[in-house]
Amino acid sequence: MRFLFKTDYDDDIRLFPHSGYVISYGTLFALLVIAPFVLSSYLVSQLVFVCIYATVGVALLILTGFTGQASLGHAAFLAIGAYTTAYLQQFNVPFPIYFLAAGLLTGVIGAIVGFPALRLQGIYLVIATISFAFIVEEILARWESVTHGNEGMRIKTIQLFGTQVSRDSPAFYFLCLAVLVLTIVGALNLLRSPTGRAFVAIRDSETAARSLGINVALYKVKSFAISAAITGFAGCLFAHKLSFISPEMFTLQLSIEFIIVILIGGTFSLHGAVLGAIFVVMIDPFLTYLKDDMPGAIGHFAALLGAGATRATQIQDSVAAFASANGLKGAIYGIIIILFVLFEPLGLYGRWLKIKLFFQLFPLYKRATFKHQKIYVKSERLR
Amino acid sequence: MSYFRAENLSLHFGGLKAVDAVSFAVEKGEILSIIGPNGAGKSSIFNLISRIYTPTSGKIFFEDRDITEEPAYGIARLGIARTFQNIELFENATVLNNLLVGRHRHSTTRLWQELLFLPSVRANEREHRRRVEQVIEFLDLEPYRDKLISGLPYGVRKVIELARALCAEPKLILLDEPSSGLNVEETDDMSFWIRDMKSELGITVVMVEHDMTLVSRVSDRVIALNYGRVLAMGAPAEVQRHPDVVAAYLGA
Repeated sequence: MRFLFKTDYDDDIRLFPHSGYVISYGTLFALLVIAPFVLSSYLVSQLVFVCIYATVGVALLILTGFTGQASLGHAAFLAIGAYTTAYLQQFNVPFPIYFLAAGLLTGVIGAIVGFPALRLQGIYLVIATISFAFIVEEILARWESVTHGNEGMRIKTIQLFGTQVSRDSPAFYFLCLAVLVLTIVGALNLLRSPTGRAFVAIRDSETAARSLGINVALYKVKSFAISAAITGFAGCLFAHKLSFISPEMFTLQLSIEFIIVILIGGTFSLHGAVLGAIFVVMIDPFLTYLKDDMPGAIGHFAALLGAGATRATQIQDSVAAFASANGLKGAIYGIIIILFVLFEPLGLYGRWLKIKLFFQLFPLYKRATFKHQKIYVKSERLR
Repeated sequence: MSYFRAENLSLHFGGLKAVDAVSFAVEKGEILSIIGPNGAGKSSIFNLISRIYTPTSGKIFFEDRDITEEPAYGIARLGIARTFQNIELFENATVLNNLLVGRHRHSTTRLWQELLFLPSVRANEREHRRRVEQVIEFLDLEPYRDKLISGLPYGVRKVIELARALCAEPKLILLDEPSSGLNVEETDDMSFWIRDMKSELGITVVMVEHDMTLVSRVSDRVIALNYGRVLAMGAPAEVQRHPDVVAAYLGA
């Protein structure tokens, strides 16, 4: 176990408290840099989605995890970022400019959404943000002169410094990774300065925050704006990755996926956004596996156990029918959320911390160590 | 002119007059205690001053400025800090972060500077931290710096709330029952700190308190309230002997 002797206020301010952090994050970064050159293109593609989801996860953490304002409308913010991209591309606007525009416009809309949200709390805020998401979805479907309605819009390849950055190229992966890293660094900077502490103060006690001179309304709007802006940037990348966008891609289910990202990852730390994103993005390959390989494997196994050939085929068919049933993904999400809320409210990152502590303290670990801590989402302790 | 003044302050909830035409003044550098039975309107007065409630009528002046219309966060920026009867700490943050929030009214950095954590932000953070450290030393909170509030005992939380208010470097501090839930030793410490706040830090103190020993030990003046009205005002011993006050407490 390592003991830190703090001799300077900077010891509490710096991002890497000791050399161990530099080594582990450095290794991680090196691995991420060589990843596109060693992994299959499918996995790199999944990594790009992890980066985008994690970026949205960080955005949602700022709003929900740190400011305590729940939101089920982040798919709409993502959509606004994506459509801004598609719309501006028609006028041959260069990438850096429409990328910034996507973030800024979404941020402004986020601030506007933040205003009515000032008077709402907990479950009512969730409902308000859901309605906002539906409104955006409808607008995207009907405002055909701008959004091309349900026909959707094509996204052209990024032109950067005179070269094409294809959506499957390592360069695009590095772009997404860079956006994620910058977002995380920005969020960490925010959290160690007055604004971030004001967010946390609002989450834990608005009354006390006010009595200490925090303009609660202003900071809530700021939190909405920052969260939306980051999601807007992610939306731009998301649109490029999909190369085609239409309103039905930005449904409530996507917002729920983002909530799952932070809920499963852990709502109290930015690590949660990344872990949660990996988890959510990897559910899809898992489902594909369920559909493609598992029925055969189970049928084969049944045959091994002595079932007749017809019986084995029957079993194989019923497993296949189950695995490709509609709504299986939703059901799996539901079960996962319930299990996490019940058994690991601190999320994957909380679990990781416990495992780490277990080995650090090896024979002396006590399960009660983490008993005091509660989950940070305020909607869960409604008055 | 008085340093702080409330004029005909009233707070009515429908027919209930929680605070009824209360006037009082606080001089710079004094310790004023507000006493009274439960439901007398003591905490309501604090909530009116810090603008958690809006007065039905009446005016509040601080440093010759009308602050009746000031928003809640504006009160703190003027230099009026407070603690709460039922501790309002930021449960899931560390003690250090709680105290640093107390410094909020002194932060001058802008959002974009904070996103980049420019040297100016870092310098500000160091300065905040230095001031917080002084308060930590003043109130002997060294062992708790990095602890989460949710794991701390009640008595310590009470002190941390006082510390957070002091971090704001207030000119006037409102203490809502500083000794409630504290044991005898802790109450003793509290009374020393309240006096030191006045003598060393030059802070004017207004407190609501039930513990008469503490009240008579630290206060310069006492106001007794009942049913939202002022019963008596004056030196601690005088007020405690005042027939109306005795009647209010003993129900004669």
